[in-house]
Amino acid sequence: MAKYKLQINSKSYQADVEPDTPLLWVLRDHLGLVGTKYGCGIAQCGACTVHVNGEAVRSCVLPVSAVGTSKVTTIEGLSEKGDHPVQVAWDEVDVAQCGYCQAGQIMTAAALLKKKPKPSSEEIDAAMTGNICRCGTYHRIRQAVQVASTKTK
Amino acid sequence: MKLAATAGGGLLLGFNWTNSGAATASVVNNTALAAGTEFNSYLSIAADGIVTIFSPNPEVGQGIKTAFPMIVAEELDVDWTKVKTVQAPLDKNKFERQVTGGSGAIPHSWKRLRQAGATARQMLMEAAAKRLNVPAGELSTEKGMVIHKASNKKLSYGELAADAAKLTAPTDVKLKDIKDFKLIGTSVKNVENKNLFTGKPLFGIDFHREGMLYAMIQRPSAFGMKIKSADVTAAKAMPGIVDVVTFNNNVAVVGKSTWQVMKARKALKVEYEKEGDLESTSDHDRLFTELMNNGEATERRKDGDVEAAFKNAAKVIKSEYQCPFLPHSPLEPMNFFAHVRPDGVELVGPTQTPDLARNETAKLLGIDPEKVTVEMTRMGGGFGRRLKADFAIEAVEVSRLVKAPVKLIWTREDDMTGGSYRPAVRYRFEAALDAQGNMIGYKLRGVGINAGNSTREHNFPSGAVDNLLIDSVEHKSPITTGAWRAPITNFLAFAEQSFLDEVAITAGKDPVQFRLDLLDKAKKAPVGEIKYDIDRMKAVIQLAAEKSGWGKKKDVAQGFSVYFSHLSYVAQVGEVAMQNGKPVLKKIYAAADCGVVVNLSGARQQVIGGVVDGLGHAMYGNLTFKEGAPEQTNYNSYRLIRINEIPEVEVHFVDNGIDPTGLGEPALPPTGAAVANAIFKATNKRLKNQPFIEQDAFKGVS
Repeated sequence: MAKYKLQINSKSYQADVEPDTPLLWVLRDHLGLVGTKYGCGIAQCGACTVHVNGEAVRSCVLPVSAVGTSKVTTIEGLSEKGDHPVQVAWDEVDVAQCGYCQAGQIMTAAALLKKKPKPSSEEIDAAMTGNICRCGTYHRIRQAVQVASTKTK
Repeated sequence: MKLAATAGGGLLLGFNWTNSGAATASVVNNTALAAGTEFNSYLSIAADGIVTIFSPNPEVGQGIKTAFPMIVAEELDVDWTKVKTVQAPLDKNKFERQVTGGSGAIPHSWKRLRQAGATARQMLMEAAAKRLNVPAGELSTEKGMVIHKASNKKLSYGELAADAAKLTAPTDVKLKDIKDFKLIGTSVKNVENKNLFTGKPLFGIDFHREGMLYAMIQRPSAFGMKIKSADVTAAKAMPGIVDVVTFNNNVAVVGKSTWQVMKARKALKVEYEKEGDLESTSDHDRLFTELMNNGEATERRKDGDVEAAFKNAAKVIKSEYQCPFLPHSPLEPMNFFAHVRPDGVELVGPTQTPDLARNETAKLLGIDPEKVTVEMTRMGGGFGRRLKADFAIEAVEVSRLVKAPVKLIWTREDDMTGGSYRPAVRYRFEAALDAQGNMIGYKLRGVGINAGNSTREHNFPSGAVDNLLIDSVEHKSPITTGAWRAPITNFLAFAEQSFLDEVAITAGKDPVQFRLDLLDKAKKAPVGEIKYDIDRMKAVIQLAAEKSGWGKKKDVAQGFSVYFSHLSYVAQVGEVAMQNGKPVLKKIYAAADCGVVVNLSGARQQVIGGVVDGLGHAMYGNLTFKEGAPEQTNYNSYRLIRINEIPEVEVHFVDNGIDPTGLGEPALPPTGAAVANAIFKATNKRLKNQPFIEQDAFKGVS
């Protein structure tokens, strides 16, 4: 066990865990930030996507010891009031069915739009293809990213 | 019906639809309500006008927590923005059929929910009539207000709730005319959007109780194996591990965090030995052939004289179709919280059948089911997997053994290798045509592995063919199976609708006209029982044909499919274009008849999602076995459809005002054949087995 100081959602957290503990489980089990989801544990489904220094990262394969002083953003910290353009678009388009994958989808989409505010349909697909939605809400995910891109300045 | 004044002076209505035909009313206090008197479903109206509507059925993503309250709110005539919806826990005294399965929630509850809303509305109007001293007949309602037009007076439901609570509930209320619906049929957003999109704890896996332990189970490595010996010393000594316990064929590692138990589980040294047959996919392929020819078949339906029809046929068409096992793969893996206490059991988690979890717990522990409480969390998908209670019972077993509150979690690998799959099935179809190309004989044999009856003997084309024989053969296997979204029909529909395409083409008929002619024949001269609605099926066929411009397009190859399941009808047209010599699926049209559409946004989701699900599994889904062990264990080897692989989907609903029928499943079954028939049209290659990606037509296409 070792103590890790983490910068998450602009706050400081401390976790006393083993070094190989994936950030996902630190967030969920130790810090009570359960918006980030477990889906596969091998970076194949994208449900666990968070931002590390603004980049979309699969937290299920990122050991806490590798996080260091990086700034981590989770779905809980994407916006203060849940009004990030991507979150607003997700509501407007009414994307979710079961909703389990949507936090990861939103985090991937937000990272894409930060880099590329007006992505083409192909660019959206390329960025979102790592995120599985078992309910099949892909059409609305694509539409919501487009709607969000019109809201992003 | 029961009602009560709430603490805030509002109206609280309880409805009991099971004990008597007419609802009866009495005033009870809040405590009694909470403790559970004979209520079936209820709503409350607070003095501030906020209406709380309880949704008793488990939410799996089908949108029931939005749709149920919409139906109540419609008849109540309340402002939707003032409605709060709350998931009710399992309570057999208050509610009935708290199940998510069979696409049955809305059909079952439609009238009950409407009556609940209408009853409350009428009581509010009566209270307003007294207050304003006018006849109730002069009053109308709108957006949570009772209005007296003549005097231009308005009273809010909140103001009237306390008075209304003192009235006797009417036993006979008038429901709205469907054409007066304001909310039903519109697009209402999922009530959980804000919580979902900000990461609030909603799912079973998110549940946390102070002091709870985490548990994972090591199950046998293959179907047909059992534990020989277990050395748990190393695992037990690992950091954070509280205990390692063994029950049945399971070794459970219990500890203080998910990662610690995950790691410790890898340190277990468990030896297994053979208990039954260790089957491989190659064994199944061989068994299918053997049983198809020589298996002991159970007759499911027989009309006319099939042997004579085939003997006298001008042409006989024979074709076989096969599908593999599939795991359900809900993105939230199985998990459950259980706390076995001396005085009772608390269960919290994602389940499609809370009552089953309760009853199996009570049976296991030998206690009264009343001592088991079940709180339903939102489910991260289910697709039928959460109809079973095995994972809840595992949590109960572990909690009992370690005497602590336990959250049991399955990993993705546990989920994929843990069984309860969509059964593998092979079908043989035979059709006899006369000289004019009429189908005079039809045979279907299904061979299933733990599939039960692998046919749906009363579905179309039964009733439309004079001589028909449908039977099934079953192979019992150690590989466990269960209901998978649109059980049996999820593959049978593909096989049957592909075969009918083969027959139509052989008979030289247009596939749409061929189906319509059969339906006309069934209407004019029905053969045996007909358990589907011929007119509704014709209507979706015609709507799909019309919207897709069937037969009129030059640049794409079209394929047709229609299926009846869960009391609804869905027809689909797939469109394939050849690009660089390869078939590319461009679009799927879906025409659905589920009667009245409750929530247009949710209904479209169910149809589009059903199409994507049906397509994805037909294209890629493949779980194979080697000596009893699944060969795919996670999403790196088991392929699910992704965003870059979906065609355009265009959805249309038949507007016929019929009471709603199911929609959670019916859009899935027709998809595979709409796609395969279009691919045949484009390539002249017939896809007979799933997954498509492994078939010749797709070799070299990714």
